[in-house]
Amino acid sequence: MKSLAELQALRDQMKQQIGVRDDAESNIRVLIGMGTCGIAAGARPVLAAFSQELETRKLTNVTLAQTGCIGLCQYEPIVEVILPGQEKVTYIRVTPEKVSRIVSDHIVNGNIVEEYTIGGIK
Amino acid sequence: MQELSLNVLDVAENSIRAGATLVTITLTEDPARDLLAISIEDNGCGMTAEQLRQVTDPFYTTRTTRKVGLGVPLFKMAAEMTGGEFSIDSQPGRGTRICASFGLGHVDRMPLGDMTGTVLSLIQLCPQVDFCYRVARAGGSYEIDTREYRQVLGEIPLSEPQVLAFIRSQIEEEEQRITC
Repeated sequence: MKSLAELQALRDQMKQQIGVRDDAESNIRVLIGMGTCGIAAGARPVLAAFSQELETRKLTNVTLAQTGCIGLCQYEPIVEVILPGQEKVTYIRVTPEKVSRIVSDHIVNGNIVEEYTIGGIK
Repeated sequence: MQELSLNVLDVAENSIRAGATLVTITLTEDPARDLLAISIEDNGCGMTAEQLRQVTDPFYTTRTTRKVGLGVPLFKMAAEMTGGEFSIDSQPGRGTRICASFGLGHVDRMPLGDMTGTVLSLIQLCPQVDFCYRVARAGGSYEIDTREYRQVLGEIPLSEPQVLAFIRSQIEEEEQRITC
């Protein structure tokens, strides 16, 4: 049985790592559309895929957050990626399969995956 | 929506938008009465009587980005098509409580789906909000409460991956305990 004592041990272990991160300037933001339309289109597995990918790659300078419906319901799940000092990039019809490329190409290497963006609609 | 757990996520998002600091999700499964009951209760800004009257109308929304508000009507429909009931109580400044019941064995009842995923998504995306998740099934019951975790964690956010992994394994252990 998991106990609060275990959580306490986890806290003590995490306290050392946490101070060294999260200076706002280097923080990358990933916003996932969690309106009714986003959720119905599959935003929850996309969120899970992002968490998994960030965890695997040990990327601690990325914040996952949510946004509501932005009125483009037909393009959900929508994910917005904001690199510090750059314009927001809007990815549309994101699936868990697309997530690893968005993370590796855009978040890690700074190259936008044009064909997944809203500008890449054919 | 393909799972009730996605409806729960969607309705709980309304609580977040209402500025709630505590959201309580209760799930009761009672095979003897052929009943599945889900409630979502918050201490957010609540709704006026006028809003409450319109909230189940799919063509009513407070948002300006689009003209429809489908979350609550979809949840209501999911309940009613299984012979269940739907109710919503709200008071401005006090909060809102939504209750839905379902015919557990009804052919049109959507699968519950990944409730753990819903609860963890909420905690991850809204680490400043507290969530209480209560489950009662024929085999027993359990409750998890982020206020307890927060007390232990201090300034460490609930959205940290290790913390989420801890909460996930706690829910999974409890589920296993009451389904055995």
